[in-house]
Amino acid sequence: MHLAHIFACGMGGIRTSGDLVAWMQLIKKMKIPAAKKYVAQKLGVQLLDLTNEEVMRQLREDLGIGTITSVAGSPKGIRAKLKVAELLDVPINSVELFKSQIK
Amino acid sequence: MKNKIFTRMGDGELVSMSLEEIKEDITAATQDAAQRAEIPELTADEIEQLLNIMAEPSRAVSVVAGQEVIVTDDGCSMSFYSGQDGGGVGVPMSRLQAVLTYERACAADTTSMGHSDYSFKPVKPIINFEMNEYYTASMMTTAPFLYGAQPNMGLYFQPDGPQPNPADLLPRGKIKEAQEVQEAAAEQLRQDLVFVGKKLNGIGCEGLNFDTSGSAGDADYWAALQAISDLKAAAPDLPIIMGGSGEFVLGMHGEVTFNGRQLAGMYPHEQAKIAEAAGAGIYGVAVGTNTNESVAWNIARTLTFVKEAVAAVDIPVHVNVGMGVGGVPMMEAPPIDSVTRASKSLVQIGKADGL
Repeated sequence: MHLAHIFACGMGGIRTSGDLVAWMQLIKKMKIPAAKKYVAQKLGVQLLDLTNEEVMRQLREDLGIGTITSVAGSPKGIRAKLKVAELLDVPINSVELFKSQIK
Repeated sequence: MKNKIFTRMGDGELVSMSLEEIKEDITAATQDAAQRAEIPELTADEIEQLLNIMAEPSRAVSVVAGQEVIVTDDGCSMSFYSGQDGGGVGVPMSRLQAVLTYERACAADTTSMGHSDYSFKPVKPIINFEMNEYYTASMMTTAPFLYGAQPNMGLYFQPDGPQPNPADLLPRGKIKEAQEVQEAAAEQLRQDLVFVGKKLNGIGCEGLNFDTSGSAGDADYWAALQAISDLKAAAPDLPIIMGGSGEFVLGMHGEVTFNGRQLAGMYPHEQAKIAEAAGAGIYGVAVGTNTNESVAWNIARTLTFVKEAVAAVDIPVHVNVGMGVGGVPMMEAPPIDSVTRASKSLVQIGKADGL
């Protein structure tokens, strides 16, 4: 059932930009139009490209913010989130903790 | 458009209805919701849009490109390894494997973990185990990773908890006593929610989900609101999602207030406002499915509540669309045709910010 909802209306998570838009909803309490607009501006893409795999797959790899397929040596997890926090200019709690540990 | 449409009842039964019959159901449902919550009905255009979605010939439907939203979850990754009573498929996976599979193989917008009981009370004695597992997983996840559970104040009453059970007191006419034990339980629940929240915040928690708040009534709802307020004061950067448990807050106590507002009887647009005032970052609207009515009736009713809730607040509103809520049939394996029609309708017509 979760997959049916994801298929019907989800943004695609790290396959596209769903995680980025979700961060803005969670951290900045943005409604969906504002969150999408903010992320699209930060990425320098059109709104429609936020869910366009053909654009987002390579862009994510170029930015080092995690890709849906596993690329050896490419950032994932906390290393990717560190870059996501910088890209979106938001404090992500796990990243703040991580940064405090590597100072 | 065909005149005979295959659709379903709220219990999942496949039925054939005419367009006129579906429209009648939609109209009756939106009138019912509007009357109960004293909010506007769906417009004629919105009714037509919903009718078109219900009549789409495809088995599964989806939103128009560009109208996608965030799909948060309430422990969906647990469905990989849990059993029937948790909607689970029983694959032998660890929690970490399930979370990463949900993120990477299912392209989920957010992921989460929670205690298998999915209540906060049993988390308290094992908080160090949960903190360790959360911390380990958060180093590997890329999408927002939430910790979720239900306030579930029922666990604070005998025989499961320390307080006398109001369900025993109320039938004996002991109204005041029933109110007092609910107030005591709510205070204990509030303290436990704050305890768990602070502990998880200490290890870099990316977000908490107070799921199904108010399941034991208005005092349960108060505890969640007050805990959010407490946590936002102590940990302002900790995102918190608050989800409701029904279309109105049950008045098991009846006189509980938050910010001077009586909680009992609050409908989704009022619930979202009070959650926003408490500091919640996202509010989850929950509207139960009536198994004796059609899916169209149930979606139309949910839509009416959701549309008003979305308009009432500045925070995102996500709609609960699990088994038996949000127009989704009340059954173990909700049919994809109905699930996707609920999704599409709530996003495109209800303007929900997420599910």
